[in-house]
Amino acid sequence: MTGEVSVRVCPGGPLLVRGAEVVVDDAGERHPVTRPVVAVCACGMSGRKPWCDSTHKAVPAQAR
Amino acid sequence: MQLPRERGPISRHVIGSLVRTQDEAGPIAIGAAEVLDDGDAQLALWILYELHYRGFDEVAEDREWDLGLLRLRKTLERRFEHELRRAVGSVPVASGTGDVSAQLLELIAADDSPPVAAFLHRTASREHIVDFLRERSVQQLKESDPQSFVLPRIGGAAKAALAELQYDEYGGGRPERLHSTLFADALRAAGLDDSYGAYTDDVSALSLANANAMSLFGLQRRLRGAAMGHLAAFEATSSVPARKIAAGIERVGLPDAVAAYFHEHVEADAVHEQVALHDICGRLVEEDPTLGADVLFGAATCLHLAALSGAELLERWSGELEVAS
Ligand code: FES
Ligand SMILES: [Fe+2]
Ligand SMILES: [Fe+2]
Repeated sequence: MTGEVSVRVCPGGPLLVRGAEVVVDDAGERHPVTRPVVAVCACGMSGRKPWCDSTHKAVPAQAR
Repeated sequence: MQLPRERGPISRHVIGSLVRTQDEAGPIAIGAAEVLDDGDAQLALWILYELHYRGFDEVAEDREWDLGLLRLRKTLERRFEHELRRAVGSVPVASGTGDVSAQLLELIAADDSPPVAAFLHRTASREHIVDFLRERSVQQLKESDPQSFVLPRIGGAAKAALAELQYDEYGGGRPERLHSTLFADALRAAGLDDSYGAYTDDVSALSLANANAMSLFGLQRRLRGAAMGHLAAFEATSSVPARKIAAGIERVGLPDAVAAYFHEHVEADAVHEQVALHDICGRLVEEDPTLGADVLFGAATCLHLAALSGAELLERWSGELEVAS
């Protein structure tokens, strides 16, 4: 691991994060990263926050 | 693994040649009927492919490269691929130079597969869910293995992204988290046999065809684009259904280990979808634009076979519901 964290915005979907070891949510809770790449919910609707659970697909494009 | 039971002349020929002799397999004529939903042809192909995966207890390992068997495999594959191309050939895809991930998304959005996940979520009995797991076992116990054959055949960014995705499928360094192991855990928890190939005799021709399509694409360098398109469509149509299926499993009261496989896929495939669409297929086609058409063919094949399987299962289960009510 290079120590570099990369984030890619997936339009209408999550943030694709590589190189992070932990994701801290709004409440300050720390979620360890256990995958080589993770999808962090950006729509705010996931039932498994901070991770994307594809709920964003149920939201019409204009409302995102 | 034991050899499965024959389902007709072609699989009988393959099994007979594997058990009876060490000599090269002889030729056999293949009838004119479609192989796509023919249990005999699909089983023969499944056995021929398994020689490249785990093999069979009673079969010498060098039969993997038996020229007679390879010739038969080639004949069956040519027919299978031709039928698939004909079946999905009419899929409307935005033409022109648009990027392949946008075209893939369009293809996936237009998919109107039968609502298997919704049925499993709301209506299915425990037996239906067990039936679903059994049918899926022929592909899920070797989950991600067909795609691993593609790794040495591509390069650069697409290769790095495929390796990244596969590492996650293979448990990220933790054998107990291998997705194929999670599926085996689910089978056991549902009261099924989790040994590799345990249900080859029981599953439908279409369940074999779904598994075989991945091997068809994975084992031929020529079809690497189709393999990656298939992967992208598979990943992009997994997370939402997995959430519904997990809820259905919990509704009928099957043990947590059954739902755990699907919970993992809600989260993992939300990631894999993005990686497969953009980082694998997008970069692969950027590197070699001639692969674009096959990426779309592979994706369309995945959706087409899933739709056929879905229709088959829903029809089977609705028949049972009528009998029961
Ligand atoms: S971005 Fe996918 S659920 Fe929020
Ligand atoms: Fe998986
Ligand atoms: Fe996946």
